[in-house]
Amino acid sequence: MEALLAIAVGVLSACGVFLILRARTFPVLLGLTLLSYAVNLFLFASGRLRFDAAPLIRAGASYTDPLPQALVLTAIVIGFGMTAYLAMLALRALSEAGTDHVDAGREP
Amino acid sequence: MSTHAPILPILIAFAAALLQMVCDRLSFQRFVGLLSAALLVLVGIWLTWLADDGQTRVYALGDWPAPFGIVLVVDRLAAAMVLLAAVLGFAALLYASAGFDQRGKHFHPLFQLQLMGLLGAFLTGDLFNLFVFFEVMLLASYTLLAHGGGLARTRAGISYVVLNLVGSALFLIALGLLYGTLGTLNLADVAQRLPLPGYDRALTRLALALLIAVFVLKAGLLPLSFWLPQTYTAAGVPVAALFAIMTKVGIVAILRLQVIALAPAMPDLLDHWLTPLALATVVFAALGTLAAARLRALAAWLVLLSAGTLLVTLAQTSAAVTAATLFYLVHSTLAGAAFFLLAGVIAEQRGPAADFLVAGPQPQATWVRISFLVLATTLAGLPPFSGFLGKLMLLTTLREVAAGTAVWVVLLGAGFVVMIALAHNGGYLFWKHRTLVGPAAAIAWPRATATLALVAAGPLLAVLARPLSDYTERTARQLHAPGAYVAAVLGPAPARIAREAIR
Repeated sequence: MEALLAIAVGVLSACGVFLILRARTFPVLLGLTLLSYAVNLFLFASGRLRFDAAPLIRAGASYTDPLPQALVLTAIVIGFGMTAYLAMLALRALSEAGTDHVDAGREP
Repeated sequence: MSTHAPILPILIAFAAALLQMVCDRLSFQRFVGLLSAALLVLVGIWLTWLADDGQTRVYALGDWPAPFGIVLVVDRLAAAMVLLAAVLGFAALLYASAGFDQRGKHFHPLFQLQLMGLLGAFLTGDLFNLFVFFEVMLLASYTLLAHGGGLARTRAGISYVVLNLVGSALFLIALGLLYGTLGTLNLADVAQRLPLPGYDRALTRLALALLIAVFVLKAGLLPLSFWLPQTYTAAGVPVAALFAIMTKVGIVAILRLQVIALAPAMPDLLDHWLTPLALATVVFAALGTLAAARLRALAAWLVLLSAGTLLVTLAQTSAAVTAATLFYLVHSTLAGAAFFLLAGVIAEQRGPAADFLVAGPQPQATWVRISFLVLATTLAGLPPFSGFLGKLMLLTTLREVAAGTAVWVVLLGAGFVVMIALAHNGGYLFWKHRTLVGPAAAIAWPRATATLALVAAGPLLAVLARPLSDYTERTARQLHAPGAYVAAVLGPAPARIAREAIR
């Protein structure tokens, strides 16, 4: 399970970084989304992976750490808002400059 | 009442933003915004006065004790930064109320939210909460940056947003690593656990280094500073003035982390790389001032220069250097913001030539000329104003450190280059084209007042240098006793040990 999660985080961040370095806004946006998926999985794993354990502390029972789950929820909400705003900004740049290049309209 | 004082700044800004979202009539929004900013200044003064008794006030949100809940911590540094942000916010908002806020929608609520993020970032004692306030501040700054429209702003906005989103991802990775290794995100708790055995030191070091990398991205350290001049130049005038304090958020965060958590446990994390890179930033920014093609670009490079100067000092762990750093921080924030506002006023008086350094009519108003002279003297670090005193304090305290000679050479050289740039541009703007007649536009009083207030900060800080430097000295001494901070947040040592045993 750990190996699977580690590979998923690695592949997601590698793809994310590759896409962020592209010169068009849409791939950059996708890259940021992939990177934020990787980060969320990573944050989730920071509380250690446990099977069949509730995020509640009870006497004698095994439990999973609830805090990283709360952190991930916060990070998802914030990341979603940011990505939505970037999408709007990219659309506005497209309509103003007529191209989706990240350096659109730069004087030569 | 004073038990709830630490949360007041955040609540005032948030309540104002909510009120402004309910009713979007411009006069109402202006009134609420300026009222909130004035209240914030008053609360900032009150907090600074309260914090000056040397106590560290801790406000546990929802009464959950640290490290289980989120705490706000008011010490001298946090209180002073709240006051600084509030003063800057008031001046920028006053300037914006003379018409800039009509150029797009929702300027006022966003401005209040940006203030709330700034104040929260200064006040919080929890690293994840710091991330949240950073994001509040950034999200508002993304939209404020685009306020007014235009392709230049949109383009600057895209690179700014993408870069900061990557920064946020790194921030989260650092927090995940820190929680995975130390099991806590409360700054005092982190400081308490770092010297103890029983965790993966290499991973924790990596986490803290990543955290500092994110903070220097916000502060504009050299390999990560190319976004700054472009972004600040493209932003609207009052927005750029408010942004002048955003680089300082990163610097204050590094200062806190370094003094409270790193200095006792990992004192070598900032060695060898921060000072050289910061000096390189200063050189880069000084060259940028010479190359600036418009006044606002010059102001942006000066903001970067002051950030670089402040970063030079962060690797030093002496209270005297920190005191000088804080004095310089206050001075450079106010002077940097004043230069943006003055550039806006000058642009207004030059008609189509705006603030570009091209042939155009010279600004007519006498106070604008005098303001430029005062501000240029302040920014170049010439006597008798606050820039000179700030630089003098920095240089005297930095004489003893290892890289002292290099720091002296670079800071004095940069000051000389800035003086040339300012003198050249001032001469060009005010003397070169005397024959061209500009539009006889009267400057709206809010703009004039806001600009004059910030320009006057230079002479005022020089007059009040003694009380202010005494205050920064007390602040630095309080900051360099991290044991008191930890004890204030987590409770006295016996109670802590008992709690650890239960864990």
